[in-house]
Amino acid sequence: MPDPDAYWARNLRYLSILLSVWFVVSYGFGILFADALNAIRIPGTGFKLGFWFAQQGSIYVFVVLIFVYARLMNRLDAEFGVLEE
Amino acid sequence: MDVRTWTFVLVGLSFALYIGVAIWSRARSTKDFYVAGTGVSPLANGMATAADWMSAASFISMAGLISFLGYDGSVYLMGWTGGYVLLALLLAPYLRKFGAYTVPDFVGDRYYSQVARIVAVVCAIFVSFTYVSGQMRGVGIVFSRFLEVDVTVGVVIGMAVVFFYAVLGGMKGITYTQVAQYCVLIFAYMVPAIFLAVMLSGTPIPQLGFGGADPESGVFLLDKLDGLHRELGFAAYTDGTKSMIDVFFITAALMVGTAGLPHVIIRFYTVPKVRDARVSVGWALLFIAILYTTAPAIAVFARANLLDTVAGQPYDAMPEWFNKWEDTGLITFEDHDQDGNILYVGDAERNELTVNPDIMVLANPEISRLPNWVVGLVAAGGLAAALSTAAGLLLVVSAAISHDLLKRAFRPDISERGELVAARISAALAVVAAGLLGISDPGFVAQVVAFAFGLAASSFFPVIILGTFTRSMNREGAIAGMLSGITFTAAYIIYFRFVNPGADTPENWWFGISPEGIGTVGMLLNFAVALGVSRFTPAPPAHIRDLVDRIRSPGDVGKTG
Repeated sequence: MPDPDAYWARNLRYLSILLSVWFVVSYGFGILFADALNAIRIPGTGFKLGFWFAQQGSIYVFVVLIFVYARLMNRLDAEFGVLEE
Repeated sequence: MDVRTWTFVLVGLSFALYIGVAIWSRARSTKDFYVAGTGVSPLANGMATAADWMSAASFISMAGLISFLGYDGSVYLMGWTGGYVLLALLLAPYLRKFGAYTVPDFVGDRYYSQVARIVAVVCAIFVSFTYVSGQMRGVGIVFSRFLEVDVTVGVVIGMAVVFFYAVLGGMKGITYTQVAQYCVLIFAYMVPAIFLAVMLSGTPIPQLGFGGADPESGVFLLDKLDGLHRELGFAAYTDGTKSMIDVFFITAALMVGTAGLPHVIIRFYTVPKVRDARVSVGWALLFIAILYTTAPAIAVFARANLLDTVAGQPYDAMPEWFNKWEDTGLITFEDHDQDGNILYVGDAERNELTVNPDIMVLANPEISRLPNWVVGLVAAGGLAAALSTAAGLLLVVSAAISHDLLKRAFRPDISERGELVAARISAALAVVAAGLLGISDPGFVAQVVAFAFGLAASSFFPVIILGTFTRSMNREGAIAGMLSGITFTAAYIIYFRFVNPGADTPENWWFGISPEGIGTVGMLLNFAVALGVSRFTPAPPAHIRDLVDRIRSPGDVGKTG
């Protein structure tokens, strides 16, 4: 018998992992550690890494995070028998 | 054909398209009017959301702002995209499951309180209204620049078009018009960007191009800019001048504010299922990201172009576009030292040139000598961006009046037909009021945009999260939280922007947090007060706890499984 609390706990676990990534790429790489990362360059380009995360990289990661969550939740819904037809 | 003819043709064709779509998809019921009959596909809703979200500011002003701000411009790029992650993970699926028509619907029902509903309605109207006046102004400006009519005439034309399809079509009409508007605006944004990327970096992909090197000298564009900035006394392009704490708080306020903006949230009521809501946010952000990752590239190209063309050059040698934009007052040059050369430096005392950031996108095609049809296309794109956002906001205002106030609070016995009529009348009134505000006081509009985000961040976001992620949050906590969040945020912004603008400097801000970033503190305050108050007041009734359990999953876990 699937348990609603187990469903919710799994959802919360996905959320905490994905939101950690969200925080690290934007507030972490793009702001807090931007100066340190700016010492590194993406090879073959003029991008300093911290600057690139703030103006490009974080946005790409955001898009991926949402699609990953949608996929994980579809699988979770199927597992708990609540997938909408 | 000349620029003006091209502009008339392209703007005219795009308007005909919007009106045609609106007639084809007009609303026949209140469900159509408020949530497009919940029959919108996730992909179409993603496009509509992208157009809904990207306003005249995103299309016209953002790249130019970043061009002048350099690294500091990242607050807009991350702030206005990162909020979609919060929306997809923390808000959209649960609100879709709840299945309401508006944001105050959720607040009122979840917190079993008419007071909470009314507070939410006031916030929704205020946030949307400040925002929509800015859009109407944007429509007026694009018209006046490209078609050489008065700003007021431009606003009135914009009002007439939005009036037609928002009042007639409701959410259903708006949705499919926004899909068309997205296609127009993204095409119009990308064409000049691709031309520029090829010219300045030798690659057709702007996102890669601004990390590339000048084809002639082999110097990386970003290094060249940093070098020029140092020479002229500006902060290095890739460093910026804002303090780290301010960048952090502004980014957070914009992210949370985005996730809390009612016109964005309600778009996810229009899809058929919870799973559609999740993936639809992904599509929305993908479509938004195409423009948002291009903007910093345009910023770099435009900045390099500008510095190359004007800095230290003789005034007499300026190309035609320079004098043309001087006539509009968007470029001003005062030759302080009377040497006939343009001194463009970071030192405000000696600097002789002022450039309005809006020019960067509007004049780019001319500066780069692109064909005339590209200029007309940019005008059509700017109008698409402004109109689509205005329509989405107007719908929130009209639904707040006809649904939240009339149907849910004061006249519950109103008929379906009566409510639809009321919705159309309030949409019509909202169009007129927003247009008048846009005509009358443009300065006011610019000042209150920080308000819209700050208030959305400090009001809706915490109560929706707490309403889903805790079973125990009660009426008293939610109301106290919303009121304290808004009051604090509003007081801080009003003080620094209206009461004592002279004191609006980093030394006077609390902890160095600017009025743009204070919504983050307001949001934290809202969370803290709500959690504190709810511990000392009665727990919510049993049926509310069941409601929370129900919205947490798409079906009934444990009952059907």
